Amino acid sequence: MSEDGSTPSERDLDRMDVRELGRLGAHLDDVEVVDDSPRHEPGGPGERRAIRRVAAWFVLSVLGAIGFVVVYVLWPWQYTSTGPQETLRSWFTPMLGITFAISVLALAMGLLEWSKTVAPPDVAIQQRHDGPSPPVAQRTFAARTVEILEQTGLRRSKLLRRTVLAAGTAFAGILAVTALGSLIRNPWRSEGPAPLVTTEWHSPDGERTYLRMDTGDPHSVTLVRPEDMVPGGLLTVFPFRESMRGDPEKLSKILRSADSSVILLRFAPGTPVVEQIGQEDFNLGGLYAYSKICTHMGCPVSLFEQTTLRILCPCHQTEFQANEYARAVFGPGARPLPQLPLAVDERGYLYAPHDFIEPVGPGFWSREPRG
Amino acid sequence: MTSRGYRPRRYSLTAGAARGAERRFQLAGLARHQINKVFPWHFSFLWGELALYSFVVLLGSGILLTLFYVPSMDEVIYQGSYAPTYGLEASRAWVSVMQISVDVHGGLFLRQLHHWAALIFLAAIMLHMARIFFTGAYRAPREINWFIGVAMLVVAIFEGYLGYSMLDDLLSGTGVRIFSGILLSIPVIGTWLHWMVFESAYPGEIYIERFFIAHVLLLPGILLALIAVHLAVVWYQKHTHFKGPRARESNVVGNRTLPVFAMHSITMLLITTGVLGLLAGVAQINPIFHWGPYNPTQVSNGSQPDWYALWLIGSLKLFPPTDISVGGEYTIPGGFFSGVMIPLVLILLLFAWPLIDRLRDPDRELHNVLDRPRDAPQRTAIGAMALALFGVLTLAGTDDVSATVLSIPLEPLRWVERGAVFVLPPLVYLVTRRLCERLQRSDREALSGGIATGILERPVDGAYRSVQQPFVGVDADGGEHDPEYDGARVPKTPTPQRLRGES
Repeated sequence: MSEDGSTPSERDLDRMDVRELGRLGAHLDDVEVVDDSPRHEPGGPGERRAIRRVAAWFVLSVLGAIGFVVVYVLWPWQYTSTGPQETLRSWFTPMLGITFAISVLALAMGLLEWSKTVAPPDVAIQQRHDGPSPPVAQRTFAARTVEILEQTGLRRSKLLRRTVLAAGTAFAGILAVTALGSLIRNPWRSEGPAPLVTTEWHSPDGERTYLRMDTGDPHSVTLVRPEDMVPGGLLTVFPFRESMRGDPEKLSKILRSADSSVILLRFAPGTPVVEQIGQEDFNLGGLYAYSKICTHMGCPVSLFEQTTLRILCPCHQTEFQANEYARAVFGPGARPLPQLPLAVDERGYLYAPHDFIEPVGPGFWSREPRG
Repeated sequence: MTSRGYRPRRYSLTAGAARGAERRFQLAGLARHQINKVFPWHFSFLWGELALYSFVVLLGSGILLTLFYVPSMDEVIYQGSYAPTYGLEASRAWVSVMQISVDVHGGLFLRQLHHWAALIFLAAIMLHMARIFFTGAYRAPREINWFIGVAMLVVAIFEGYLGYSMLDDLLSGTGVRIFSGILLSIPVIGTWLHWMVFESAYPGEIYIERFFIAHVLLLPGILLALIAVHLAVVWYQKHTHFKGPRARESNVVGNRTLPVFAMHSITMLLITTGVLGLLAGVAQINPIFHWGPYNPTQVSNGSQPDWYALWLIGSLKLFPPTDISVGGEYTIPGGFFSGVMIPLVLILLLFAWPLIDRLRDPDRELHNVLDRPRDAPQRTAIGAMALALFGVLTLAGTDDVSATVLSIPLEPLRWVERGAVFVLPPLVYLVTRRLCERLQRSDREALSGGIATGILERPVDGAYRSVQQPFVGVDADGGEHDPEYDGARVPKTPTPQRLRGES
């Protein structure tokens, strides 16, 4: 074997044993092996002890696997809500995890022990080859690139360069249109009013929209009377029109509507109240109705603090002052909760004469009504 | 050493297969070069492996979960065996996740394995990135892998977000609602982007199907491709190493691929899998059977996203209330700054760091030897500053829970956090810088003055003197010289001979 990188002859190779060939290979790969001395005398008592330790881990791993399969197959796992079975069942997943971990971690420990006590330390140093390619590679590559530009005519013809660039861009363009075109929808074009600025409180044909409470049964309808509300009380209400009565799906779905839930509040007599300019007649005595959808990010504002009269959003903790047109007084939200106008019909049920006069929920670019 | 030479045995199955492969692909030289490749070892090099192997667990558990998950927003009545939610109206998606959790044999284990793996995956990516940052491993020639790494971090955050948004339980729906709010807040095109994703106002009827395809096909595909490139670049450029007795810029000191490096790496795979399995079994995560199905009119108090999204929530929470009016006709909601611009700017700064670093540091050399964080005080201080900001935002993200748990009023806490965003990072910068300089000094002092052994001597003059164990530098040819700091760790504990009073 010679130092200048030429390979040893077939005859030299014939004379080399496994270790020498290994070193030769390492040398050819620019690796110098510093320490690959065996941890123990091969086959000696030290090595036998080490192997027994490794084997013990592997045996434990097999036992863990058996435990895992036994738990998986035999342990009761079907859901029961009561009885002594319940406690046992609730241990099914933890037992799976524990046996799984015993098996896998024991295998890991065995492997680690093996690498540390039986395999050699194998400390090696490899040379890096940083920096640029040899000059001949650089020159020939650069020359060939230039030659290609020459041969294809790209270097000579501005027309060719420009048109191929244009066609390539056009190709990317049609790919983009194909990919994105199908996804684009106009938010402002829909049958009926634009969904961003109207809610279910909007009555398309002038039919009265009543306030309905959620009783837990999605198909029953319970309307709200002013006297249902005690002072200081709060109720979540949903829109209802008589035409929905025959439509169980609609009745159920509207209770989970993302923009139409409203909180109805009654302030105790004597509570100081500040009205929003232009909405002084939206309340009905001490009854006020605000959109439940937070004007920051759209979470339902579902906490009401009686002492401070603040409505709190649980997501980012914007606080709205309920008795001051629900203006935002703390946290990241900036706009007040939109107010729903209230009226009472001849039978004494609350209804909303019209929809909110501004979009509910998080703000967007064109939310101001355009004149 | 035997004098008998070695030749591959003529007739054996393995020899036959090897010879066949060799004849067709000329494998021997190529394969030998790869199995002789040297990898350095340091515990901090394992974070990347942890991320890789969590991803392997994610792929495996995820494939199994897709066999049971139904990406559909169709409303159905839950009729599974979990009594407390029996008869509730919910989407088929939620019902199918309930089925996985309750009615599929071992399904809960799989689900929890997948979710825990996701949390650990993100944590491992960030730890790995911190290691790369603080040791300067992103420097030339490895900038490309930093860029790929940040891209993977972003994809992984989206991937995790989409994953827990698909369950359609009360918690995940709230997260989607906020995503919808952030989309809407983008000036000019926000509503159009919202319609691209949801096809309607929130929530529409399609987002779960779209999230599903993105979560199981599009983003994992991108991640797989990026991981492949990332690893190929590490392999090709060779791993960095810390300065040591033999380690220098021109070489790499460690173990060869086979057997030791592979054994250690497989051990890491097994430990990752085993620990994730243990967590999946004993540590309950995201119990959707407790949250119930999503209802846009409800939200549970203390709703929290997965930990890696908390900083985004923190940004949303801390930003002051703003609704900027443009020409009296258009609105830029505050959510645009806190939900889009701040995350975007932070991610871009992170992404461009190797380029930004060039403004600070004129060094253009190629580096294979890692810096100890103390030896680059300014860089370390900048990193600590970034971590402090991330920490404040993350804590702010979860402050409603901490306020409840610690019984402190939320409002003053929020103002403290707002202050901390501006005060804490610069403070951390200064402290870290000083700390690095002090640590450097301690290394130099140990080298020049020796290590304190803890032994006191009382020579004849009667004064007490602390015994120092000196360092001695050894030349290549065996001569001794004064030790110099060269970037390697300086031991600070005395060696035993000196303790016994020998010298």
